[in-house]
Amino acid sequence: MTHTTPLGRAPQPDAEYMMRDTTSHPSALAPAYKTSVLRSPRLALISLQNSLSEVTAPVFDARELGALDNDLILNAAKDGMPIGERIVVHGYVHDQIGRPVKNALVEVWQCNASGRYRHKKDQYIGALDPNFGGCGRMLTDENGYYAYRTIRPGPYPWRNRVNDWRPAHIHYAISGDGWVQRLITQMYFEGDPLIPDCPILQSVPSEEQVRGLIALQDRSHFVQLDSRAYRFDIVLRGHRATLFENRVQAQGAAK
Amino acid sequence: MTQQLMQQPMRETASQTAGPYVHIGLAPQQAGFDIFENNFGSVLFDDKTKGERIRIEGRVFDGIGTVLKDVLIEIWQANAAGRYAHPADRQPGKAVDKHFRGWGRSCTDFDTGIYTFDTIKPGSVIGRNGRPMAPHINVWIVGRGINLGLSTRLYFSDEAKANAADPVINLIEWEARRATLIAQREDRNDDRKKGPPVYRFDIRLQGDRETVFFDL
Repeated sequence: MTHTTPLGRAPQPDAEYMMRDTTSHPSALAPAYKTSVLRSPRLALISLQNSLSEVTAPVFDARELGALDNDLILNAAKDGMPIGERIVVHGYVHDQIGRPVKNALVEVWQCNASGRYRHKKDQYIGALDPNFGGCGRMLTDENGYYAYRTIRPGPYPWRNRVNDWRPAHIHYAISGDGWVQRLITQMYFEGDPLIPDCPILQSVPSEEQVRGLIALQDRSHFVQLDSRAYRFDIVLRGHRATLFENRVQAQGAAK
Repeated sequence: MTQQLMQQPMRETASQTAGPYVHIGLAPQQAGFDIFENNFGSVLFDDKTKGERIRIEGRVFDGIGTVLKDVLIEIWQANAAGRYAHPADRQPGKAVDKHFRGWGRSCTDFDTGIYTFDTIKPGSVIGRNGRPMAPHINVWIVGRGINLGLSTRLYFSDEAKANAADPVINLIEWEARRATLIAQREDRNDDRKKGPPVYRFDIRLQGDRETVFFDL
């Protein structure tokens, strides 16, 4: 397939992405999450059609990752196992029309079983675990599948309102095929009683979208006499069909 | 199942804030511990990368001008020839530089709030409908209090002519706001040696001179 038009111009990118549906995401300004008040843009975002800058993204190589990068139970263990409930978390990364996102970089981070992050700025009284770090990363396979094992994180209080507690959660950063697919989110656990009161999670504008962030216990993937399992699938922006578009003539209109 | 999905696209997974401890996951050395053998960082070139070495430096401000010391910034850019290291970029006549991926991440410093990248100046990339885009770097900002990552572009102050013709800059109806995307070149000569040019790029999340952010 050639990619130069008769006029010698480079064409549009082959694979453009669907417009982002902003109703799938929290508003930048979510007053119940107090920190968002001064950190949310007040002016309208400028909408861009995709160029090569938006449809490309960094490509990662498995050789960049270490053998234990997706094993949070062992990747910071010093002289024993970390304390807490052993779990496996797994799922698929696909796009909005169901295509697997292959070779996506999935990075995860979390606090330990007592709700304490291994971070110099975390002052919570919950104990650090000398054998637990709390971060991991992996690439999805040909089917968009990823898996890691870890310790189930604990809930912890945070300075928002004085009795606000974060439900147990694991942070995710996902890098897909295109810069527009870049996403940061958090995974929660089915049945956590803190979920309905969390100002961060409840900033998500619909029940359906909140449900999408809650991992379900997945008994079929329990490791017998060892670990429970949770399933968490992720949907990234999808490619769109480009029907009836006269691309070169659109030049004038683009201005 | 697949047929249904094709007709009714699924919703993108909802975004959530990266939170105050984003460093643990994405920049663990800044969080204060060493866990991975290979860390993704803020130096984008190696000895053999082609192109002019530059430094990008800046701070991020909230709506009342407070310097934010807990945000993470990622950049994505073309190489010196104006080519992205990605299979979707098939611009004719521009080669991939195998010594340049074009991606990096940096956190604002816990004390000073300054973030830095050491990279090369990108070449011009062809934009939509064959219109060249001025050299630019794609910038993504996440952190505590940011519910959906913010996307912007960094352009260069010494590319005034190319900037004036850039199809994206020209989409910004409010001319006064365009300046928020222009990193200012500062040539700093210290006594011992001439360092790389520094481009200062401050980001304002809100308030006077709010940076232009894009809905990509």
